[in-house]
Amino acid sequence: MSTASVPLPNWISYGVLPLLNLAVAFFISGLVVWSIGENPFEALKLLIEGALGRGEAIGFTLFYTTSFIFTGLSVAVAFHAGLFNIGSEGQAYVGGLGAALVALALDHYVPWYVTMPFAVIGAALFGAGWAFIPAWLQAKRGSHVVITTIMFNFIAAGLMVYLLVNVFIVPGKMAPETRTFLPGGQLPKLDWLMALFGMKLGPAPFNVSFIIALVMSYLVWLLIWRSKLGYEMRTLGISPSAAAYAGIPYSRTVIIAMLISGGLAGMMALNPVMGASARLQVEFVAGAGFVGIAVSLMGRSHPLGIIFSALLFGILYQGGADLSFEMPNITREMIVVIQGLVILFAGALEYMFRPAMVRIYQQFAGQKSGGK
Amino acid sequence: MDYFDIFVSILGSTIRLSIPLIFTALAGLFSERAGIFDIGLEGKMLAAAFAAACLAYVSGNAWIGLLGGIGISIVFSLIHGFASITNRGNQIVSGVALNFIAAGLTVVLAQAWFNQGGRTPSLAGEARFLPIILPGVDVMRDVPIIGPLYANVISGNNILTYLAFAAVPLSWWVLYRTRFGLRLRAVGENPAAVDTAGISVIWLRYRALVVTGFLGGFAGAYLSIAQSAAFINNMSAGKGYIALAALVFAKWKPVPVMFACLLFGFLDAVGNFMQGKPVPGIGEVPVQAFQVMPYVLTCVLLAGFIGIAHPPKAGGVPYVKER
Repeated sequence: MSTASVPLPNWISYGVLPLLNLAVAFFISGLVVWSIGENPFEALKLLIEGALGRGEAIGFTLFYTTSFIFTGLSVAVAFHAGLFNIGSEGQAYVGGLGAALVALALDHYVPWYVTMPFAVIGAALFGAGWAFIPAWLQAKRGSHVVITTIMFNFIAAGLMVYLLVNVFIVPGKMAPETRTFLPGGQLPKLDWLMALFGMKLGPAPFNVSFIIALVMSYLVWLLIWRSKLGYEMRTLGISPSAAAYAGIPYSRTVIIAMLISGGLAGMMALNPVMGASARLQVEFVAGAGFVGIAVSLMGRSHPLGIIFSALLFGILYQGGADLSFEMPNITREMIVVIQGLVILFAGALEYMFRPAMVRIYQQFAGQKSGGK
Repeated sequence: MDYFDIFVSILGSTIRLSIPLIFTALAGLFSERAGIFDIGLEGKMLAAAFAAACLAYVSGNAWIGLLGGIGISIVFSLIHGFASITNRGNQIVSGVALNFIAAGLTVVLAQAWFNQGGRTPSLAGEARFLPIILPGVDVMRDVPIIGPLYANVISGNNILTYLAFAAVPLSWWVLYRTRFGLRLRAVGENPAAVDTAGISVIWLRYRALVVTGFLGGFAGAYLSIAQSAAFINNMSAGKGYIALAALVFAKWKPVPVMFACLLFGFLDAVGNFMQGKPVPGIGEVPVQAFQVMPYVLTCVLLAGFIGIAHPPKAGGVPYVKER
């Protein structure tokens, strides 16, 4: 019997193996740092200090974390239905348009807490709308959602640049961005939350979106593990043929899963657009959609895991930015390398250590029960 | 005559913009026909561009640069193979990961080695592939119609351009007229049948990926040491994905791949040319419209409005021998 079909206890499958993969990814990242002539341990120390050293740093870390929770959830929901949504990036970008339209329309008239629910709905609707065509093509035409979502990322980029340069630009200004939202179109910072822990937020844009992200994590958990739709999605993801035999409608489940996924990606836009810059800017997503892939993979598509891995990537992003000031030899792109290595080892090579682990486990389990 | 000059100049830049697409799409053709999806074409191109620029700078020889680009591209391809063939990992995830690693590592290393803000030093003379002036250009130039076409479109390109056009029939011949090609196509459709015939699926797929890496290296080298004279941060700028779109658009066939790449290159060239110029009757067409056209066309194709694209049947599925 091959080692692939030997069952392993959960603490190995969900604990030891992912940690081992992560350790290898970080070990190789350390080798890269070492090879360009810097001390990897010193770099790690600076990175952690830069991300968690003081209130402002933590605020930035949690700001990035918020974005990554949204995109991580987006990728995870699609993943449960057996779909690979690479389009979170584009869906978040278009979602920003939905959030910005609501903010621009309401900020003169109402306070932020009235604007917020509409902005959440607007962002989610626009994000879901952008996921609809790829979803429909997958469900009805059988064209691979990976290919179409990649295409739609680029189409979104073209569309948004066009809209910002030609439609939303403030007359007489050079920067392709909307006007600044009034406080009624902004999501306030969470100074009070930081103050509870005796820390000062400073200029860090840690805002109410974080709470929305946590609520969404809980809702996603309910959806996937406590609802009929979630059960159908998981069945489809594990075995499309079993789902078909059970009478689970393929097209409907695929389209709904992608719409939810796109909606969650769209909501990510609330954080940078309404929580930080208070305007819609070109390329505000800045790769968060792709980070969502790594976050979802590392978090094993579970909301709790996603929150923790989003925090890890938040630390990497904020700490990495700080590190590139302290060690100019290490550019910000080092984060991208680490991200790639994490995706490679935690995702594509997730089973690399499994056969060895099975042999070790069998040896120990065998000794305990007196040999087989 | 003005319009004809414009036409010739757009045609010339169509060729220049299509070459990296042709190499990359052919690279993808070999792996996808063997049943391995390759989202990592972009990363291969970028890594190869960086390696080619570095080695061309150090050695002063463009051919050594090209070899370096091919080498690193094959390494990336083999990592993809190790993940997706040997470890049966998810091919999409592996491709995404390699794109990230290439995008990050090239800048980190460029900054650490050359300290020019993520660029490599400028190349000159022998370190680049320079335009080749074909014989008879001076005589031909004054011939109407054919003359300018010969002088500005056919002549005056670098050696990699001609190699790209040679690679198209060569790829066709390998895929459709050799034993390796027959088996490669079979392994992309029905690996179990190939296995039953006593041919190793794993070895065959690895060889296909080496070919992918080989061709991807040319695309990268073209960017950094033929078209430009240095490696620049993210210089592939999504061309790997356009090549992927071209591959789908051409329904995974070598000769249509060339035409799809030329079409997408043409759209790019027209878009560049039309920037800021109004079209009679329509007004100014935004440059973004031309930029997204390849992706829109590919989605329209995938929707089944321009024929049906059948991907290789076993694409994306790792082969498990015992079952």
